[in-house]
Amino acid sequence: MNAPTAASTPAIELVGIDKRFGPVHANKNINLSVAKGSIHGIIGENGAGKSTLMSILYGFYHADSGQILVDGKEIRITDSQTAIQAGIGMVHQHFMLVENFSVLENVMLGVEGGPLLKRGVAAVRAELGRIEREYGLEVDPDALIEDLPVGKQQRVEILKALYRGAEVLILDEPTGVLTPAEADHLFRMLAQLKAQGKTVILITHKLREIMAITDTVSVMRRGEMVATRKTSETTMAELAELMVGRRVLLRVEKDEAKPGPVILSVENLTVKDARGVTMVDNVSFQVRAGEIVGIAGVAGNGQSELLEAIAGIRKPASGRILLNGEPVERLDPAKLRKKGLAHVPEDRHHMGLVLAFEEYENAILGYQDDPKYLKGPFLDIDAIRKDAVARIEDYDIRPADPRLKTANFSGGNQQKIVLAREIERDPACLLVGQPTRGVDIGAIEFIHKRLVALRDQGKAILLVSVELDEIRSLSDRILVMFAGTIVGEPAPHAGEQEIGLMMAGIGREAAE
Amino acid sequence: MSAPLGTLPRWVNYGLLPLLNVAVAFAVSGLVVLFIGENPIDAVQYLVVGALGDGEGIAFTLYYATNFIFTGLAVAVAFHGGLFNIGGEGQIYLGGLGAAFAALALDRYMPWYVTAVVATAAAFAFGALWALIPAWLQAKRGSHIVITTIMFNFIAASLMVYLLVHVIKPPGNMSPQTRLFEEGGQLPKLGWLMQWFGLDIGAAPFNVSFLIALVAVVAVWLLIWRTRFGYEIRTMGTNATAAVYAGIPYVKTVVVTMLISGGLAGMMALNPVMGDAGKLQIDFPAGAGFVGIAVALMGRSHPVGIVIASILFGVLYQGGAALAFDMPNISREVIILIQGLVILFAGALEHMFRPALIAIFAAKPKSRTASAAGAA
Repeated sequence: MNAPTAASTPAIELVGIDKRFGPVHANKNINLSVAKGSIHGIIGENGAGKSTLMSILYGFYHADSGQILVDGKEIRITDSQTAIQAGIGMVHQHFMLVENFSVLENVMLGVEGGPLLKRGVAAVRAELGRIEREYGLEVDPDALIEDLPVGKQQRVEILKALYRGAEVLILDEPTGVLTPAEADHLFRMLAQLKAQGKTVILITHKLREIMAITDTVSVMRRGEMVATRKTSETTMAELAELMVGRRVLLRVEKDEAKPGPVILSVENLTVKDARGVTMVDNVSFQVRAGEIVGIAGVAGNGQSELLEAIAGIRKPASGRILLNGEPVERLDPAKLRKKGLAHVPEDRHHMGLVLAFEEYENAILGYQDDPKYLKGPFLDIDAIRKDAVARIEDYDIRPADPRLKTANFSGGNQQKIVLAREIERDPACLLVGQPTRGVDIGAIEFIHKRLVALRDQGKAILLVSVELDEIRSLSDRILVMFAGTIVGEPAPHAGEQEIGLMMAGIGREAAE
Repeated sequence: MSAPLGTLPRWVNYGLLPLLNVAVAFAVSGLVVLFIGENPIDAVQYLVVGALGDGEGIAFTLYYATNFIFTGLAVAVAFHGGLFNIGGEGQIYLGGLGAAFAALALDRYMPWYVTAVVATAAAFAFGALWALIPAWLQAKRGSHIVITTIMFNFIAASLMVYLLVHVIKPPGNMSPQTRLFEEGGQLPKLGWLMQWFGLDIGAAPFNVSFLIALVAVVAVWLLIWRTRFGYEIRTMGTNATAAVYAGIPYVKTVVVTMLISGGLAGMMALNPVMGDAGKLQIDFPAGAGFVGIAVALMGRSHPVGIVIASILFGVLYQGGAALAFDMPNISREVIILIQGLVILFAGALEHMFRPALIAIFAAKPKSRTASAAGAA
């Protein structure tokens, strides 16, 4: 595909791309030029229009106006098939893999080459071998997807794109699901791809990744391409400012904690999942009034199960949970709420909210039996809406419409709906899971301030997050979880590397 | 960054789309009529005139609609809780047993309105109890409610045949049915209501259970959208994980939802048993439980939509009978075919025209999307 003149022709050029969804102007006259053989980062807050732009390039949406040039030639991308034929491959944030198929079957899907599989399988196997040797992706073609860790599943997605002849690879938020080690591996692979002459477009909202791997970075804000910089000539602070349009504090300002009595006490807690696998293994810790205890760890090391067990959603296999000295491990979420335990769940879409409900209906989820919201057997709709409106103002939830369907709020505003509901109950103890996952920088700042304010009111807060930065900047004490156990409590100002090693379980192995 | 999931204006979603579906069903039915060798325009005329042309036709139409309101509501209540109650037939059957017991016990001593209250409660209770075991199995054991309620339809049919043949039938009677209820066990006809509109009820069995159905419509609306329990039903039906998070007790909510659903289905029995036949007969549910599924689908599980869909199906039943009578070439089976086409287009294929309508209407409306919210 590489023409001799390729050095000067951009791999991808977008000229004047414009896209509206009804009243929403998602992409405003976007121009973008991606140099061949480079890694080009596109950064922006949630809702800035990054994914829309890439979906246009990959043929999911059609631009209202504008041109797409691949290798200097204008093409019309009508669907993902034409994008693939033009040599564009995409790795989605949520993988498009068949869980109970093997790697090879997934790669072959859609390009079987006839009604009988034998020839196709042989061809795919040979080609996979070649790609493997060339790029070192290290995936067993006969392994089942469901048996592979997330990092390897992502590599299968990359293999799929390469097998289909991708010259340009688009990765949408690729590290969101990866451990730091897996992310490093991914970056090495991307560097390898670049060395082989492939072009990579990396969509992310993580500044660190942009700085670590890209050659060029473009910043989007509210549907506009506001800047393109050479990565070597910019700084994280400049990019952050370009993204939000104002300076943001990447650190949380807070005073020293003044811990009071123990509010939440977990003693020898063991939790098993539905298959009987031990997810939380004999864990003990305490959270005092007026402190934030952060649980750091790579996703999938038992933090989620721990949080759900304390919240009464999962029944522990053994151990005790004390709230204000009272055993509560057998109580259901409704009773726990009455005892002053509030819970901001990790997954707001599937647990914290009913997206099909109107905003005000979600404002009472879990508190629907509060007498304040009831008039006899009926819901007191007026009282509920009044409360919802007050919180919308207080938490600056936008749009300020309690009758709007919850699904139509952005991620950050949805998270504020959940936080407002849980914090405004004035709980003795707040459990918070991934408070800022998928939330833009402006809202992150707001949420962090609220959590610190709640701490300063003397509440006990247990924070679970896979964002190490968040844990380090918010927590007064840090516990690190690995493989279901708490492997250590690093000093409050411990370096990222020390905590990172603990998260990888290395601290423990060294100790043993 | 949301997908362009166009939200349709309400009048399109709740008005135009169902109308379009019904129109297409009729167009395809027209082709069938043409194929048989009859004039489809004439056929439509017979059907509409038969159902709505005079007081008696309208009263018959509303009589059938009464059945479908009850069963439509029954399906809708369960559906709001994410439960698919296919067991309407069995629940109606047992509801009829409850109503008949009340009528047989009281008809000689009480005026009809006392009997009606007791019979309504009994029909509700019997229908509800017939839904209890499937509900309990679903809640406690995870046995799928679609399978269990279907099985319970068969059990109900066998049980009722046994009871009618061996237990309830008066001695010496040749047919498997109860004795005729006295006046105190029959629901009066609504001739006076028809007369308000200057119409004559004729021989139609249009009776007081229509008014009971309208009360049930309001009650279900209040239950689903205005009570705490309705809120819990909807939470469980839309997002089961969120329901667990919110501390909504799964077992209790499933069981009570199904009791209400089964009870509503059971209440339908009032109409044919006490309002029409004046006795409990074999096979009186006659498929109304299944029509209720189509009615609930078409009515979007909303009480008002269910009333409208019920009247449409009432028109099809009554008009269909008239059509079969006036056009001998069009047999009873063709009528069933037409009803089936309406169910197919309004129920199973209800989203067929949605993409096209979205393309037409979604560009204009004030659909506030996530991106709008984020950029605001």
